[in-house]
Amino acid sequence: MGYDPENPMKDRITDIGPPHYEQFFPPVIKENYGKWLYHEIVRPGVLKHVSETGAECYTIRVGSPRLISVEHIREICDIADKHCDGFVRWTTRNNIEFMVDSEDKVQPLLDDLASRGNKFPVGGTGASVSNMVHTQGWIHCHTPATDASGVVKAVMDELFEYFVEMKLPAKCKLALACCLNMCGAVHASDIAILGIHRKPPMIDHEAITGVCELPLAIAACPLGAVKPAKATLESGEEIKSVKVNAERCMFCGNCYTMCPAMPLADPEGDGCAILVGGKVSASRGGATFSKLVIPFLPNNPPRWPEVVQAVKKILEAWAKNARKYERLGEWAERIGWEKFFEVCDIPFTEKSIDDYRLAYDTWRTTTQFKFTSHIK
Amino acid sequence: MPKHDTPMMDELEKGPWPSFVSDLKRQAEKSPQCWDILGQMELSFKDRITHWKHGGIVGVFGYGGGIVGRYSDVPDKFPGVAHFHTVRLNQPSSKFYSTEMLRKVCDLWEKRGSGMTNMHGSTGDLVLLGTRTEELEPLFYDLTHDLNWDLGGSGSNLRTPSCCLGKARCEWACYDTQAACHTMTMHYQDEIHRPAFPYKFKFKFSGCANDCVAAAARSDLATIGTWRDKIRINQDEVKKYISGENKQNGGGVDDSFGKFDIQKDVIDLCPTGCMWMEDDELKIDDAECTRCMHCINIMPKALRPGTDTGATIMMGAKAPILDGAQLGTMIVPFIKMDPENDFEELVDIIEKVWDWWMENGKNRERLGETMQRVGLPTFLRVMEIEPIPQHVKEPRTNPYVFWREEEVEGGWDRDIKEFRKRHAM
Repeated sequence: MGYDPENPMKDRITDIGPPHYEQFFPPVIKENYGKWLYHEIVRPGVLKHVSETGAECYTIRVGSPRLISVEHIREICDIADKHCDGFVRWTTRNNIEFMVDSEDKVQPLLDDLASRGNKFPVGGTGASVSNMVHTQGWIHCHTPATDASGVVKAVMDELFEYFVEMKLPAKCKLALACCLNMCGAVHASDIAILGIHRKPPMIDHEAITGVCELPLAIAACPLGAVKPAKATLESGEEIKSVKVNAERCMFCGNCYTMCPAMPLADPEGDGCAILVGGKVSASRGGATFSKLVIPFLPNNPPRWPEVVQAVKKILEAWAKNARKYERLGEWAERIGWEKFFEVCDIPFTEKSIDDYRLAYDTWRTTTQFKFTSHIK
Repeated sequence: MPKHDTPMMDELEKGPWPSFVSDLKRQAEKSPQCWDILGQMELSFKDRITHWKHGGIVGVFGYGGGIVGRYSDVPDKFPGVAHFHTVRLNQPSSKFYSTEMLRKVCDLWEKRGSGMTNMHGSTGDLVLLGTRTEELEPLFYDLTHDLNWDLGGSGSNLRTPSCCLGKARCEWACYDTQAACHTMTMHYQDEIHRPAFPYKFKFKFSGCANDCVAAAARSDLATIGTWRDKIRINQDEVKKYISGENKQNGGGVDDSFGKFDIQKDVIDLCPTGCMWMEDDELKIDDAECTRCMHCINIMPKALRPGTDTGATIMMGAKAPILDGAQLGTMIVPFIKMDPENDFEELVDIIEKVWDWWMENGKNRERLGETMQRVGLPTFLRVMEIEPIPQHVKEPRTNPYVFWREEEVEGGWDRDIKEFRKRHAM
């Protein structure tokens, strides 16, 4: 029984896919599948869904650091066993959702969660800051320009009140990706923190022959800055290698993804950019991209104070000035981006002016602008 | 007992948000390698740089994806994380679990790995974070035999599809997102497990235009629920919003931003201006509606999507690497999403685009980039889709049309000598 290393293909099972979702539905979900009529947010973090049958489902949404242990999951299971018939779910934004089928079960569940220290904050609904989606950072990734879990912890500690209350004009979705590969896809978030490099790759000539396909490394550069070149090893041997035209480098790191002999991470070179005003939902206008408003802030562990303060300042300027239902990007569009920089007290630099592909689309081609303090 | 001094990690145990550091320490009592995770993290915080090596090809026999190899570049200091491979489990549609199943995953992972997880990875997988090469085959054996569960995707393949919670607990789901996601996942197991594509390919399924899984921004093929008849209106509930009896936005926004005002909050914010009040009733000119969901979001008790529902297909969304970020381009305005015929219409679209992209996509070129390179008219032609004004925001502003020879009377073959007989040099 069990895996036999002498005979690895014996009884092998493959391509069975994930377990079928239906077996994991709480009874109230199973019985009312496709019959839901409307929902309300009863209080921050508590949703009430009402079915055509009259059945009700109360959902308690709880924040989580995403990076969690099996001991933590077992505690979640204990809670779900005690209150939720042994079922629980996770949201796209790494929140945990506990569901119960009547109102009288809500308070005992909330009390139980509150009794467990700071492990299970209830919130993230409606006009709040929802949990941050993020990437791996220094806990697991080989290409990051910043950490993920540490920065997120620091930001969410500071913005905690906006997670547990609903006092913003609209929802605000925060995200962090620790490099430009953006496995966290932060390019359509209200406020995004993005790890960036600022030093061109070094070339490890001693290693490159063994670990890289040179044509792939050369083709990896979107700006043609990586060229074939000869190099001389310490042994005196001449080898085929590459060189980098640093002036053309935009620090995307794609060469390092393809070639481990071209590392570019650096304690001084790396840090965070802040991009704002993106959204995914089609509500009112369609999905929009986040725009780069702060080109660089340093990596300053353990709490990244510069990043945390920048995010908070932008969030609170928006909260104070936006109209009801106006997402951050809609507000910035309405007042004009020149005004956004002024109101948020962010210095405008040439780094916010696009000079990559399709850049012209973002240049102003009218005489209609506002006379802000930028015009001397 | 802690193995390393971790003052910066310890700092992150403070504050109101749940601490992954406290959690790591708790797990370390059972999984001692967690002390080395903390130790290496502390070193990264001190050095302000990662200490993970580039790549490492590991996996299970017969699969080209699902495991991501990872090795420490300081293994002597932190032997517990010398190997730290990631295992991606394909999550069940919309991430409902029984505690019985979760506890089995926990036991398996405590036995075979670090005990640390991501619930969940960015693409949707349940991620088991950190194990050694020799544990991979036994883990896969137990996973498939005891838990009846399989790995997700990684590399240049179909990545693990994901979906919103759909009809399970949402009144706005215009099709069964969970059934669609699960059916496609099962239908394309080979494409998930054995990379044969130019680059990664993502499916995401959202039940409505609110797009809770960010399909429009993140997936090469986004299936987004919509309807083509009329928004259902309950006029009695409209009146209760106006009177203040119903909570605006379902209670999602505070009255301090202003009490509900149907003109200001709904009618004036409608992007097409297709709503008005008439004799105390809310009227909608549905032919002008573009189904953005704003009014429905604000008055969930009074307004609901129509009943002739299906989905719009968008293609080509991706994050910035390399040509810049792209949002999905609307390709197929409407298809029915029918679980009874295993989503046949969707399967046809998927196979047509894959056939073409596998042939024409360059190495590490996402579908959106291939589409940009060949142009939307060419792409629509290979997809055998008739061009319609809905495919563009506005017509092109330059006159550089790539006319094809067969479109021009008499073709392109001409005789310069004949031309010269009539037109002297």
